[in-house]
This record gives sequence, structure tokens and C-alpha cells, in this order.
Amino acid sequence: MEIANKKNSGTKIKRNLLPYYYLVPAFLIMGVITFYPLIYQVIISFTNFETKDLLLGLKSPTLEFIGLKNYIDIFTGALPVENFSFFRVLEFNFWWAISNVFLHVPAGVLIAVMLNTEGLWFKKLYRALYILPVVVPPIVVATVWRNIFDEQYGAMNQLLTFVSTLFGHLDPVHLRWLTEYTPPIPGFLPGAPLTLAYYAMMIANFWLGWPLMSVIATGALQSIPRDLYEAASIDGATGFQQFRNITIPLLAPAMMPAAVYGFTITFNLFGFVFFMTGGGPARSTEILITFAYNLVRNLRWYGVAAAFAVITFGVALVVLLITNRVTRATQSYSEA
Amino acid sequence: MSENSQTPKKNLLVRFLTMNTSGQTSGRDLPLWRQLLTQILCLFILASVMFPIMYIVTLSLSSKTTRPSSLQLIPTEISFVAYKQVLDHPTGNPVTFIQLLRNSVGLSVSVGLVALLVAVTAAYSFSRFNFKMREVLMVLVFIPLLMQGVGLVTPLYLLLNQVKVVDCGHGITALMPLMACDAGTKGKLLFNLRDSLLGVGVAITAGALPFAVWNLKGYLDTIPKELEEAAAIDGADTNQTFWKIILPLAAPQLAVTFFIGFIGNWQEFVTSWLFLSQPKDYTLAMTLYNMTGQYASSIPWNRFAAMAIIVAMPVAVVYIALQKQIVGGLTTGGVKG
Repeated sequence: MEIANKKNSGTKIKRNLLPYYYLVPAFLIMGVITFYPLIYQVIISFTNFETKDLLLGLKSPTLEFIGLKNYIDIFTGALPVENFSFFRVLEFNFWWAISNVFLHVPAGVLIAVMLNTEGLWFKKLYRALYILPVVVPPIVVATVWRNIFDEQYGAMNQLLTFVSTLFGHLDPVHLRWLTEYTPPIPGFLPGAPLTLAYYAMMIANFWLGWPLMSVIATGALQSIPRDLYEAASIDGATGFQQFRNITIPLLAPAMMPAAVYGFTITFNLFGFVFFMTGGGPARSTEILITFAYNLVRNLRWYGVAAAFAVITFGVALVVLLITNRVTRATQSYSEA
Repeated sequence: MSENSQTPKKNLLVRFLTMNTSGQTSGRDLPLWRQLLTQILCLFILASVMFPIMYIVTLSLSSKTTRPSSLQLIPTEISFVAYKQVLDHPTGNPVTFIQLLRNSVGLSVSVGLVALLVAVTAAYSFSRFNFKMREVLMVLVFIPLLMQGVGLVTPLYLLLNQVKVVDCGHGITALMPLMACDAGTKGKLLFNLRDSLLGVGVAITAGALPFAVWNLKGYLDTIPKELEEAAAIDGADTNQTFWKIILPLAAPQLAVTFFIGFIGNWQEFVTSWLFLSQPKDYTLAMTLYNMTGQYASSIPWNRFAAMAIIVAMPVAVVYIALQKQIVGGLTTGGVKG
């Protein structure tokens, strides 16, 4: 790596500065549009910055430094916002990400394994069509599913009506997918009611999420040597035993980073949540970043929003440390 | 999709016509009952995958402006009325589709290019040199990856909002916050960086840069050092190595990074929706959002469906073309020290 060492000492000082020269453009630009705003964000998180201070910024005469009040208000739920509790949103946010990954990864693996069956007809056709959800942008997926779950004209209620007529129920189904507040399964997640909108989001995001996991699993499956299976079947292992003892352990190193990636993406899936439910009804499907966006866009409490952003940064840092540990644990497992 | 080495390389139709339906299995062939069972499962999954796609395609090809009263998944008519209407009059405002398209393309492409240009030298430095503060500087660059989406939006909104060009009268223009009109004169606002596509571009670049650095560094790490050492022996200095060896080798990855950025910027919504107030600056993603939910009680669904397909198209094309690289990046990626 140290090409510099091979050169004579005359140019050595200049050479030692070279890595920094290469960093100059990035740091110049990031200094202005990233680091300065980040510091600014921390400063205003201690103020009561509101719309009236927009013109003069920190020099505004009405701007007051209020210490940790914004942070305390967020944690204690003292913000004058209806239906807001920080810890409920946080809990829901984690649950949302975890429950999605726990559905997407197994489904993706199972479908990949099924499509890997030797001699299955139309294998390639299925594989080609199954990736369609991956290529549609999430904001389009969310808007389309939002209309599918429309209570009057949506395709989901029409589909359910069709299915229920097969069973002899003639009344049209009118589930209020995105607006019903009463949770269909009360107490499913203590502390955070899961409304029908959550299940609607799960359905739509399941559609969006498993194909990518399936693509990754397919790639990993095809790198597993066939001899292993042949040896196992000579030894008399059943299909299920082969799946458990060969497929799963050899897939884990590829699926774990994918699961972690899926978790972080789902945790911050702004466009999807915002376009589909907007966090409603009654903030029951709000995740951290949709609420942060509400604070800036609709309530225009810039001071509170800044404090909230600093808090979500802390949450993201914790998530990163945990996921890093998880991936590292599986890496050493795969290398062992 | 990578080729499965196990399947015979025959064309689909040939395989369909020659497939064994006798139920007689020879050797490792799949028993017919398992074949059929798996086919039923596959078709069921296919139906669920195609359901929203067929629904939206059917809607977009319908000429009915009323909302759908019953489920229809196969188009009974092929009419491009909705597409035509969306292209002629995408919103209620007098803004043309071309304008929206130009805003979206301009924003996505320029942010992608700027991020790439700035990121590539930084990625090279992190990948190839050992220097004091390397770790610290790397952490600094990657910090914004933790502030995804809305994390940086508040301060950027406030700061960019203060950059204004004001006409103070008497032929004097002032660039705030560096200059201001005389006390007492109110002045006429000519330009506000916050309320412009340029400002949105600046803000999105802040989010796009760290990812570009991360993605490029990961790739540069895989280019063997021996190449550079050989170049050094031949007398090339570091700059020449960078321009003549590393950049050409990294060209495919530069393209991939650009297109991944493009996909993200094309869908960008948070910043543009917060910053922009004039319909002439709107992007396609913003227009699509405007066509749903509470804002859209009067928009016929066939137009919404047509718009959704138009917005999805470029991303779908890029994704299908680069699928291998994008998925490969996800499985092998990761920040290594």
C-alpha cells in the first residue's frame, strides 16, 4: 500500500500529503452541506426555533435557548401533538422492521429452494417474473397498494367479496383497511396497538420484500456444491435433513447480511410508509422518520424536529452497533 | 439471474413440447405428483406477484374515469386515453409533463454525477492509502449514512432558506445573507435557494455522497494492489496510476454507483416535497403523491395508474439491466477497515 516509501525522501513530504489532497473535494463539499448543517442541527435542538425565526435564523430576537426542554418533551410525550408517545413509536418502529424481516427472509429462502428443484418446469420463467416487485419503486408500490386497500373501490375488498361469495356470503366486504382504529387482534404487541393499517402495510411490504431475499438466496444456493447433497443422499439423509443440515448452514452467511440490510432499510422505509398510510390512523403506523418529517413539514417546529433528529441518530447508532455484532458473529461462524 | 447449470439449455418452447408427461420417472427426474404440486404452488405465488401489477396495468389501459366498482385484472380494452391525459395535463396546475420530466431527470442525473465525481477521489484515498486520521475521517464521511432520509433536512431547510437574492429597489440587488438591503426597505424576493431545484439538489447530494464513497471504496478494495505496484515500477506516479489504471478499471462500478444513485434520486420525495412550493419545480414523484389520498378525490384512477407506470418505468429498466451488479453489491458489500 505504501508506494510512497519506495520513493526518495525529497518528494516524501508531498507524497505523505497526497491522500489528503484526494480527500479535499469531498470534505470541502461535505463541510458546507453536511458537517456544518449537522452542527447547526445540534445547536437549534436546544432552542425554540419556529416559523417566526426563519428569516434571521440564530440572530432572531425571539429565539431562546431552552436547554434540554425539546428532548424532555419528546421523551415524556409532553409535545402538544395528538396521539404521540415516543416510546410507542419506537417500539412500533422496531416491531415493524423485525416482523418484516422475519417474514421476508424465510419466505425468500423457501421459494428459492423450491425454484431450485431439479427438473422443475418453467423455472426460468418463474424466476424472471418473481423479481418484478423488486424493480418497481417503493413509492409506486405504496401508492398502488394504498388504492388497492381503498375501503370503497379498492381491489382487496373486491377480492375478499369475491372469495366470500364462493362460501355463500353475499354481503360485500367493507374492511376499513387504512382508517379503522380498533386493532383486530387486541394486545398482540403490548404497548403499541397494531391496527388494520399495519396488516395492510405488512401485506404490501411482504409483496415488495421477499423477492429480493429470494434472488439473494438463489445466488447462494447455486454456489452450494451438488456433491454435498449426493453424498448426503448416499448416506441416507432425507430431503428435510439435507435442507436442515446442508442448505440452511450454507445459506446463513449470505442471508445474514441480507437480513441486516433488509432490517435497516425497513426500519427507515420512509417513502413506503408515508405514501401508504402517512403514519395513520391516529399515528398508529408512524415510524420515527415519518414523525420527524411531520414535525418539520406540518408542525414546523424546527427546534423540536432537530432534537428528534438527534435522537433518531442515536437510535440508528445503536441499531448499527447491534447489527454489526450480528453480522460479525455469523461471519466467524461461516469461517469456522 | 444467473444460469442454473443443471437445467438443459433448451429454449422454453422446446422444453414445453418435449416435456415428459407420462409420469414415468427415470433416474433423478422429479416425480410427476411433486412436479404438479410444485407447479400449483408456483402458479399461486405468480398470481400474488402479478395481482397488483395486472390491476394497475388494467386500470391504466381503461378509458373509464369512474373508480373501479369491481375487480378487474385483465384489460378488456386497450385505451391510451389515461396516458394521453397524464402527458397533456399531469396536474391541476398549468405545468407540462415535459417540465416535470426535466425536473426529475435533471435532479437525479446531476445529483448522481456530482456525488460520483466528488466521491471517487475520496474513495480512492480511503481504499489505497494509510494515513493519520484515516479511520476518523472515514467515520466522519459515513456518519450521514446514519441520518437517513429526514435526518439532515431540518438544518438544510433553515440554512438554505437564508440564501436569497432580493431586489431592494433603486437598481440594487442583495445576496443574503452576505448582503442585506438597507434597514427599513423590505425588498422584493427574487430567488430563494431553499425554494429551488438547485437547493433540493444540494440537499440530496448531502445524502447521496456518503453512499457513493462507501460503494466505490468497497469496489476499489477489490482491485489488486499488484497492478499499482507494477505501474509504480514502470515509473508512474500516484496521480497517473489513479487516472490511467484505477479509473478505467473502476468504470463499470462508477456506472453502477451512478445508476443506484439515480434510482434513489428519481424517487426522492422528502426533500423536494418539503422545500419546493412552486408547481413548476415539481418532480414526477411529487406529482404521483399528489394523485393519491386526501389530495386526490377528483383524480380518476386510470390517470393515477398511468402516472404510476410512467414513474416506475425508468427505475424498472435500470434495475433489470443492472440486477446482477446491484444484488452482488448487497451480498459482498460491507465496510472493511
